[in-house]
Amino acid sequence: MPDQLLFAIEVTLNGLMAGVLYALVALGFVLIFKASGIFNYSQGVMALFAALTLVGIMEGQVPFAHLINAVFGTELHHFGWHVPALAAIVLTMVVMIALAWAVNRFIFRHLVGQAPIILFMATIGLAYFLEGLGDLMWGSDIKTLDVGLPQGINLWIDETTYEAFGYGFFIDNLDIVATIIAALLVAGLVLFSQYTKQGRALRAVADDHQAALSVGISLNFIWVLVWSLAGFVALVAGIMWGAKSGVQFSLSLIALKALPVLMLGGFTSIPGAIVGGLIIGVGEKLFEFLVGPLVGGATENWFAYVLALIFLVFRPQGLFGEKIIERV
Amino acid sequence: MLDGGESFTTPDGRTIGGVLMEMKHITLRFGGVTAISDISFDIREGEIRAIIGPNGAGKSSMLNVISGFYKPQEGEVFFRGEKRGPVKPYQVAREGIARTFQNIALFEGMTVLDNVMTGRITHMRTGLWRQALWWGPAQAEEVENRAQVERIIDFLEIQAIRKTPVGRLPYGLKKRVELARALAAEPKLLLLDEPMAGMNVEEKEDMSRFILDVNDEFGTTIALIEHDMGVVMDLSDRVVVMDYGKKIGDGTPDEVRANQDVIDAYLGVAHD
Ligand SMILES: Nc1ncnc2c1ncn2[C@@H]1O[C@H](COP(=O)(O)OP(=O)(O)OP(=O)(O)O)[C@@H](O)[C@H]1O
Ligand SMILES: [Mg+2]
Repeated sequence: MPDQLLFAIEVTLNGLMAGVLYALVALGFVLIFKASGIFNYSQGVMALFAALTLVGIMEGQVPFAHLINAVFGTELHHFGWHVPALAAIVLTMVVMIALAWAVNRFIFRHLVGQAPIILFMATIGLAYFLEGLGDLMWGSDIKTLDVGLPQGINLWIDETTYEAFGYGFFIDNLDIVATIIAALLVAGLVLFSQYTKQGRALRAVADDHQAALSVGISLNFIWVLVWSLAGFVALVAGIMWGAKSGVQFSLSLIALKALPVLMLGGFTSIPGAIVGGLIIGVGEKLFEFLVGPLVGGATENWFAYVLALIFLVFRPQGLFGEKIIERV
Repeated sequence: MLDGGESFTTPDGRTIGGVLMEMKHITLRFGGVTAISDISFDIREGEIRAIIGPNGAGKSSMLNVISGFYKPQEGEVFFRGEKRGPVKPYQVAREGIARTFQNIALFEGMTVLDNVMTGRITHMRTGLWRQALWWGPAQAEEVENRAQVERIIDFLEIQAIRKTPVGRLPYGLKKRVELARALAAEPKLLLLDEPMAGMNVEEKEDMSRFILDVNDEFGTTIALIEHDMGVVMDLSDRVVVMDYGKKIGDGTPDEVRANQDVIDAYLGVAHD
């Protein structure tokens, strides 16, 4: 096989893996948007907050240590214990569910029936609040997250491909694990929404609030449920990204990658988020590989947005959205 | 003959029981508009109760009060002998009151089958975690409720469109699917807001037959709003007549038809 083709295959594989993670983040947006019409600007910060909380719990950090020390003149920093990764993940999820409950109880329950732009503004406020809360609880220093996921080049793939093609593919173990977990999660969410009572209730609320109420669905319950699911998705995304590049503010920027995915896939389509994520993941890696050298590189920064723009012009409803024709 | 608490038998042989739902001195205002003004009436177990009146009379508002969508400023609601506190619509649904809407409220993106399945939500008891993990009881429950839903789909003769997304159906069939979803809840009280509006004669006949069959076979108590006087007279045991938010008549179809206030309202005699 010619070298160019082999490189292209390797790039495509890596792109697919990045794409699955984009899809995961986009899914967090889609869940909340479908059920409540809220475009949740704070999705990225939720991932950061979840990762910070996870590290904090694992390391036995005292939450709000700075605040407590400043007020009481104490010198608390650590409880002096370490929590195993799995237990810490469960505890973090409890925190994310509590957050979902609080967000509904104290913000969105009071904004029912408001215009979408007002709901959107509220999520911007929430994003800054969460960012500050994360800092205050766990400190603003860069942290490393190690939940025991394998890292580094996968030797088996490297050797097998080397023997077959004379060129060893470089594929990171972490990427493989992340892809598998994200794919399972996405599949699980799809099955949940398709075949369970709560999943059906979730789709019902997404479709028509009045009708949902009339069959006995509590909107508040569903909203807490979708925010919890979004929190879960954020936690998983936070773990993947955090394991790769450390837990710091830039982690919240993964949400920016989800935006073009949403424009491609449509804001309300779960399959759209998945396919959109894969297209963007593969597209940006391949484009960088094929066209990057000709234009001086760094195309990954803008490729996704340009693709999304082209889509907006020719298919504004996204890949899977139905064309909306105004009734006149 | 209808104001005692005891049960009796109608001319066509159905048994009408005691009071199921009682509205006492209900008043509902929207800003300056008084949609319902001091109205009292009851609905008895097993009967078909019609609410009629000209456009804007407050009929839908009354149905919305019964189903908990609107909160009256004054008055009391009793269901199965108990006074209702401040409830949300979904809690009313869980008490056994199902409804349809004047402007059809279906889940357009879901199939007919899924729409009707949502009607079973109040009957499905397994919690979130078991549902999420598709644990034994959750699965059995799904199968059991699915069977019930299939019976209702057969009953309303919509087998052919089971897997069709509701958004693609014509108006008349949507109305029927909405009825199916309400029936799936096996309600104690079924509220129908203009179930035949916008239908052709044939569709109206079908719908009338279904309403009678539901009442007859399942013994479901039904309160319905309808404009077509012929239909109302054929279907209902008792009729409440509203005009400008007030109750102007209440009784059997024959009594109501003979009521001078009702005749005036329908002939458009000037209000003073
Ligand atoms: N949600 C609402 N907000 C403000 N006003 C309302 C609302 N719902 C009903 N009204 C007003 O209450 C009055 C009664 O309306 P309602 O819909 O109950 O009448 P109706 O008898 O069902 O009429 P129709 O036969 O046209 O359906 C009308 O004046 C209407 O404008
Ligand atoms: Mg009406």
